[in-house]
Amino acid sequence: MSADPLSPLPDRDFDFWSAAHLLRRAGFGGTPAEIGVLQAAGLDGAVARLVEYEPTPDTDSRAVPDIMRPQTPEEQAMLARAREVGDEATLERSRRDRQNRQRRDRDQLRSLRRWWFDRMVTTPNPLEEKMTLFWHGHYATGYRTIEDSWHMLAQNRLFRAHAVGDARQLAAGILRDPAMVRYLDGQRNRRGNPNENLARELMELFVLGEGNAYTERDIKEVARCLTGLDIDDDTVVFRPDRHDDGVKSVLGRRGRFTGDEVLQVLFARPEAATFLAGKLYRFFVNDAPGPRSRDAQRTIDGLAKLLRRHEFDLAPVLSRLFASRHFHDPANRGAIVKSPIQLLVEAIRSLGTPPRDADRLLDDADRMGQSLFQPPSVKGWDGGRAWINTATLFVRQNVLVHLLVGEGGTAAPFPAEHLIAHLSGDGPPDPDATVEYLLRFCLGTEPHPDRRRELRAFLAEVGDRVDRDRIVAMLAIITALPEYQLC
Amino acid sequence: MTDDHRSFSRRELLHRGVALASTVATVPWFVENAAFGLAPDAATPTRTPGADRILVIVQLGGGNDGLNTVVPYFSDDYRRLRPRLAIGAPGDEGPGGTALPLDANAGLGLHPSLTGLRDLHDRGLLGVVQGVGYPNPNRSHFASMDIWQTGRTDGQGTGWLGRYFDARCHGTPEPQAAIALGRDAPLSLVGDVQKPIAFEDERLFRWRGEDLHPAMKAPYEAAVRAGALPGVDPDSQAAYLMRTSLDAQVSSDRIRAAVQRASATPYPGGALAGQLRLVGAMIRDELPTRVYYVSMGGFDTHGGQLGSHANLMRQVGDAIAAFQTDIDSQGMQDQVLTMVFSEFGRRVAENGSAGTDHGTAAPVFLIGSKARPGVIGHHPSLVDLDGGDLKHTLDFRSVYAGILAGWFQVDPRPILGAEHPAATLVV
Repeated sequence: MSADPLSPLPDRDFDFWSAAHLLRRAGFGGTPAEIGVLQAAGLDGAVARLVEYEPTPDTDSRAVPDIMRPQTPEEQAMLARAREVGDEATLERSRRDRQNRQRRDRDQLRSLRRWWFDRMVTTPNPLEEKMTLFWHGHYATGYRTIEDSWHMLAQNRLFRAHAVGDARQLAAGILRDPAMVRYLDGQRNRRGNPNENLARELMELFVLGEGNAYTERDIKEVARCLTGLDIDDDTVVFRPDRHDDGVKSVLGRRGRFTGDEVLQVLFARPEAATFLAGKLYRFFVNDAPGPRSRDAQRTIDGLAKLLRRHEFDLAPVLSRLFASRHFHDPANRGAIVKSPIQLLVEAIRSLGTPPRDADRLLDDADRMGQSLFQPPSVKGWDGGRAWINTATLFVRQNVLVHLLVGEGGTAAPFPAEHLIAHLSGDGPPDPDATVEYLLRFCLGTEPHPDRRRELRAFLAEVGDRVDRDRIVAMLAIITALPEYQLC
Repeated sequence: MTDDHRSFSRRELLHRGVALASTVATVPWFVENAAFGLAPDAATPTRTPGADRILVIVQLGGGNDGLNTVVPYFSDDYRRLRPRLAIGAPGDEGPGGTALPLDANAGLGLHPSLTGLRDLHDRGLLGVVQGVGYPNPNRSHFASMDIWQTGRTDGQGTGWLGRYFDARCHGTPEPQAAIALGRDAPLSLVGDVQKPIAFEDERLFRWRGEDLHPAMKAPYEAAVRAGALPGVDPDSQAAYLMRTSLDAQVSSDRIRAAVQRASATPYPGGALAGQLRLVGAMIRDELPTRVYYVSMGGFDTHGGQLGSHANLMRQVGDAIAAFQTDIDSQGMQDQVLTMVFSEFGRRVAENGSAGTDHGTAAPVFLIGSKARPGVIGHHPSLVDLDGGDLKHTLDFRSVYAGILAGWFQVDPRPILGAEHPAATLVV
């Protein structure tokens, strides 16, 4: 019997490249100096720095709440009157007002996308934002359906508040989240007139996983438990008169369950822990399709056990994972396809490129298949190989060229000083060592000999000197390599 | 069924190709596809029905004013509700000009600037499907476009043509099956497995790093065209990326070579004509592409729309007419069908600024030698309105079903659900 894959990596094996791997996966990578600091903290110290963070203050997003506020009773009465008497001018004013507010709200959503992206680029607590992104893909809610940017922000804050906290509390928060309740028609689900949308996704996508443990009948019963939710402006309220307070039978348990109570019934099933463990595994360790190795399956089982033991508190579970042999196994490096957001944020944070224009970068993220606040469906992003196709590969390569060199004569130049300083010993950087280091640093894995040879030949071809222009050129080539899309 | 041993052997070879990825690493997926029967090949007698047919979709973004595109001059209410915008019957001058004849019996005409479509109509190449929409219309551009593109009234999930390709390709995507001209890939073409190629300008459909220094091209090409490198586990993410990288290069080469050759047919100016010119070039170059997608914006005519809408109509009609001429000159008229749609029409009554606000049902055009010619279906009533909006007379999914069944010759029900009978749109 081999060692437990979740047993800790021996501290002596926690080298610079392991620290780099940890920072990439638990965050968005870092500069050589940042990796050095992490490595110096030792494995436990490094994991603690990433996982046991103080929540970052919610810096001013400059968002305002009421752009899409519901109509007041007075406004409704006025419009009803206008409709009655055929007062077209008033009706048209109202339509126009609504169109204007929709436009302002879309602008606000764009500014929130920039705000969140900027947080990911600058945060001292990268795991907080990374888990916020994880939950955004898990409890996926699309802005176009709900058309209220303030509610998208509220949901984003909910994810951040529970980023590495109790996953059950987050689920309870989701049942009180106006964005999700509206997205899945929770307010239409009433006693005697059920709407199963929220109940179905709760079982299938949020807690248990498709086909795990439940039947169609359980979905109907859970829908009954969830009746009575309503949205009052920015708050989800409970309307007892719309709630079905009869006895329900869910997964073999019977009771007059409310929404919160039925959540406990669901989370008590072992499938809940296994489902979340599998998702965390694909997000943090390896997202290759196909049959899993024995160690991978043991790791997922171990994570599920830890989730149950820690009552779904994620911080201690993630700490164990990030310190484990399996997480640091060379076979699990370069084993995840970077999401478009990971690609962008990691490039900015680890290469130290100027951040460029965030709107432009986020448009490119859309084109690579990841629109913040607009996942393709309630299933979230498929991730893995689904990110990669003929069209997205060129966008991925070209956005890196854009980050490195910008556009137009006034673009900020790539500041290569930190890399040159890192590469310089007593004299100027050595070309062989530079090629080796840049490949290893960018790819996170041992470079293939063919890549090493080709890049070395290129550097020789262009004068065999290491300076900013040549570093930019080599980085442009390295970031276009197929394996650069992996982390 | 004429489906044959060839497609079986193709699957078998593809399967073996996967197993031998390290040795066949330099053969990109779609070259294998082409080699085993998907490329156009006129000499092949046994062919999957509908497999060599091409659909071109023209999206009019912003909500095209259907009532001033196909003019219902039969209706006094049309003139009454549009005192500043109505287009007169042929021979009759309205504030918006005089309609071109389309169907005198039905009392329908075409916008005066749609001379291009009128010529296609005169040659029996134009079908006008009336009153296309869906229940509980959504008046948000984005939401309604999502609904049209997914073929679902909740606007969520994969695209309708993406699902068509997914059903066709048995888990192996065809990299060039769907090509969109424009910055963003339209949701219509996105399946779970199938992903479209989208490019705005063929010059951008390549690595821009090579512009930085001439010496950069060689190491780039060596790396991205190498396929899966020796020693790399063929099932790994790295090997997958290396193979897809080679696919991307070959697609880029092929597409750029196709569109860089000059067209024999003159096209007018304007963005839509430019896109259709590229589509014509790719068809001439026999790309294995089944769906091309082009789009044009600017149809959100809330104010002073007479001049701007006339200009849009001119561009649409002239561009499509030129494209059809191009297709005819290639002898491809029986293999290409064009569909023109918008996410919604506009309100029946004009607004206070001589424009129109977001509405509901509108006509869809089908163009080609196999398009059922003439006016199809029923025009929505201009009297029996729903809060000032037209009630649709045909669900858009029946149009899609008609295309899937009549053009691509597949069962539309797994793709669109069973509740929307296929309209007869193809002859």
